[in-house]
Amino acid sequence: MSAPVGTRQTPEDQAEYHTWTGKARGWLLRRLPADKLLPEDQPSYVASWIYVFGMGAIVSLVFILVSGVVLSLNGPSWYHVSGLGHFVNSVHLWSVELFFMTMVIHLWGKYWMAAWRGGRTLTWITGMGAFLVSIVTAFTGYLLQTNFDSQWIAFEGKDALNSAGIGAWFNVANLGQIFMFHIILLPVAVGAVVALHVVLVRMHGVVPPLEAAESDAQLQPGANTESTEAGR
Amino acid sequence: MRGLFDLVTSLDSPGIYLGWGSFQIQLGNLIVIILMVVLFLLALVLPFPSGRKRK
Repeated sequence: MSAPVGTRQTPEDQAEYHTWTGKARGWLLRRLPADKLLPEDQPSYVASWIYVFGMGAIVSLVFILVSGVVLSLNGPSWYHVSGLGHFVNSVHLWSVELFFMTMVIHLWGKYWMAAWRGGRTLTWITGMGAFLVSIVTAFTGYLLQTNFDSQWIAFEGKDALNSAGIGAWFNVANLGQIFMFHIILLPVAVGAVVALHVVLVRMHGVVPPLEAAESDAQLQPGANTESTEAGR
Repeated sequence: MRGLFDLVTSLDSPGIYLGWGSFQIQLGNLIVIILMVVLFLLALVLPFPSGRKRK
C-alpha cells in the first residue's frame, strides 16, 4: 500500500507484516509516526491567536474533568453545603462556560478557514461531533443542579424528548439515570471524540491558510517544518 | 446600582431580558456572545508573540 499524501517514507513503509498485530502497527506508524504525534514544531502560519482556542477548549475540558471527579468523589451532600464544595462546583460550571466559548470561537475560525480542506473531512466531523455530545453533556449537568432551575429544565425538556420518541429511554425526570449519563457515559464520549479529533489533527496537520499558494514549501509532502521556521 | 448588581448576580432571580420586537435575549447570554465576538476579532488582528528564536 502506498503511503498517504503528506507522509514521509519511513522504514515502516517497506516493512512486511504477517500478523494482525504487526499489520496494525505498520498501519498506525505509517499514518501517525512519532514526529507527527508529538511534533517539535508547527508551520509558521500557526503563529496566530486564532489557533489558540482549540487548545483553550482542551485545557477547559481538563479542568471540567478534574473538578467533576472531585465532585463525584464527595457527592451532593458535600458540594451543596460546604464552602469548598461550592467553590469546586463553581469551577466545574465556569470551566464549562469557558469550554463552550473557546470551542465555538475555534469553530468560527475553522469555518472561515474552510478547515475541512485537504482530506480533513473526518477532522471536521469529529469536531462537530464533540460539539454536539458536549451540548448533551451540559444539558444533563443543568438537570443535576437539584434546584428549581433543574426541575424547570427537566419538565420543559421532557416534552421535546418525548416528541422525538426517546423520552422513555432518555428520561430527564429520572435523576439517577441522568446522573449516570452525566458522570460516566457522556464524559467518556466527549473524551473519546475529542481525543480522536486531536489525533486526526496530528495525522493531517493544521490546515493551511486559504491564501497559501499550493507551491508553498510547507504544504509539500514530507515538508520539514523546522526548515521553514526561518520565514517566521 | 447595588440593586442592579444583586439582580444580575443572583441565581434566584429570572435575570434581565432584553427584547427588540419578537427577538428576546437574556442579558447574561448577550454579554457572553458579545465577548466571544470580541475575542474572535481580537484573535484575527492582534500580533502573536514571536517566542524563542529559531534556526
